[in-house]
Amino acid sequence: MIQYIIRRLIFSIPVVIGVTLITFILLNVVPGDPVLEMVGKYADPQTVQQIREQLGLNDPLIIQYLRFVFNAVRGDLGKSFKTGLPVSKMIAEAFPTTLKLALSAYLVAIVIGVSVGIISAVRQYSFFDHSMMIVALAGISAPVFWVAVIAQLIFGLKLGWFPISGYYSLKHMILPAIVLGTRFAASIARYTRSALLDVIRQDYIRTARAKGLSERAVIFIHALKNAMIPVVTILGMQLSGLLTGSILTESVFAIPGLGRLSVWALSERDYPLVQGVVLFTAVIYILGNLIVDISYAFLNPRIRLQ
Amino acid sequence: MAEKKSVSIYKDAYRRLKRNKPAIFGLIFIIIIVFVAVFAPLLAPADPNKIDLPNRLKPSGSPSRICKNGIYLLGSDEYGRDIFSRLLYGARVSLIIGVVTQLITTVIGIVVGALAGYYGGTIDMITMRVADMLFAFPDLLFYIGMMFALGPGIVNMFIALSVIGWAGKARLVRSQVIYLKETEFVEAAKAQGLSDLRIITKHILPNCMGPIIVSVSIGIPGSILAEAGLSFLGLGILPPTPSWGNMIRSASSYLRIQPWYAVWPGLVLMLTTFAFNLLGDGLRDALDPRLKQ
Repeated sequence: MIQYIIRRLIFSIPVVIGVTLITFILLNVVPGDPVLEMVGKYADPQTVQQIREQLGLNDPLIIQYLRFVFNAVRGDLGKSFKTGLPVSKMIAEAFPTTLKLALSAYLVAIVIGVSVGIISAVRQYSFFDHSMMIVALAGISAPVFWVAVIAQLIFGLKLGWFPISGYYSLKHMILPAIVLGTRFAASIARYTRSALLDVIRQDYIRTARAKGLSERAVIFIHALKNAMIPVVTILGMQLSGLLTGSILTESVFAIPGLGRLSVWALSERDYPLVQGVVLFTAVIYILGNLIVDISYAFLNPRIRLQ
Repeated sequence: MAEKKSVSIYKDAYRRLKRNKPAIFGLIFIIIIVFVAVFAPLLAPADPNKIDLPNRLKPSGSPSRICKNGIYLLGSDEYGRDIFSRLLYGARVSLIIGVVTQLITTVIGIVVGALAGYYGGTIDMITMRVADMLFAFPDLLFYIGMMFALGPGIVNMFIALSVIGWAGKARLVRSQVIYLKETEFVEAAKAQGLSDLRIITKHILPNCMGPIIVSVSIGIPGSILAEAGLSFLGLGILPPTPSWGNMIRSASSYLRIQPWYAVWPGLVLMLTTFAFNLLGDGLRDALDPRLKQ
């Protein structure tokens, strides 16, 4: 197991290097001069030159890239053009909020998704099964930002149950978490259903039934444990959707997390901040996938041997 | 012999698809949307960009000076433009993005995947590592970065969505090719002395078409949603060109005054992606009968 984790860690090093490279290229081919964005169009050319020198923008690109990587490794992502604060500090302030939103959304998704999936599988082809699977597909099809707007409209403006923007208390988190979570509940339900249906046809389930175990014991003790393996993978695969979903959800609900920070950075054309947020999010994503892979190997010993 | 067999596979799949009611519903809805997009100028009661400031944010059914039929069918937006007409034109943006992006990524994916899978070695190593790196980004984040770098607009959106999109297709084709090149009929083709190009295009790729068709039909709604998300963030298609995404963006500022303005574009967006997903699910079941019990 330890060997597997180490191997997996080594494999992610080139990916992280690639990510820094792509992030760097992305933001260095941007048309327009970041310094002009910072000081304004009418700045004195000499000042502009001075700032360029100060920021090291006159150095060859390869030197700039290496400096960017070495600073990033030490946790220094530069200073925001607009606020003057260190980018790493701004990210550190925003990230816990996003993490809270993501975890509560996961919780909503797992509770709803797994229960619907189980009921659908146990009552395959029933009315509940058919209607839930159609609802789930519709849920996957709906754009998350629109669902967020509609939720604001119904539960915030019309019914007045929840506040619709900002983040001052736990109550502000309920609606966003449900909006983001139900979206993933849809795909979790679909996967739980098909995984459980696969498992139910296995010989050991027939054995369990033949032993005279109750249907409840067969499903919850024997079948569900094995059906959860693909579901864990899906949780991991949804990490991307969760991160991007939170960018959109946060901007609708004005939650001061990473997503809102990145949208703000984009609209202000704050280059170091955009670069920092993109890099940070990508690294979080890689780490998340690593954790998922490891837990997958933990659940399924066959993986470790490959 | 081989020719005859391949026809019957698709006929067989078509027969299975026809029996799948949700998939047929999806197909019909897609045909309607395509029809609407193509004939938008004839169907729209008003010019989608025609402004009538005194009639801002009117509810549906209000009298209109700019619509041919005299009323705003679904109300008017913040410039007094006809929401219904803008919705019809918005279908064009969504479909073009969905289809063109999938076309580009599929062509690149097939070429790269076939080369990587068939020859292996260095090409395989390099392309698959590049794909790994692209997969290391949450997709929307990558699109955001690209659109930030390139600037808004439809052509840039094709580029942004394609840069990451080919990688998934290439992986899919590669895995199929690796499996197929070991099969007996490919060995036989090799023994006949056929060129690599001929083996790949005539013997291997036709056998990969099933998974590719499914991935395209699932990819189209993905691209459509990505466009909507980017336009919603103000990075994709900019107003006044109507796109369902940027309509929702504008509408979200007027929830209190004209709540339905936000409902319509999202509803058609959802129905369209839903239809593609239904068809995609149906195609997968039809082309890969092993999955369906």
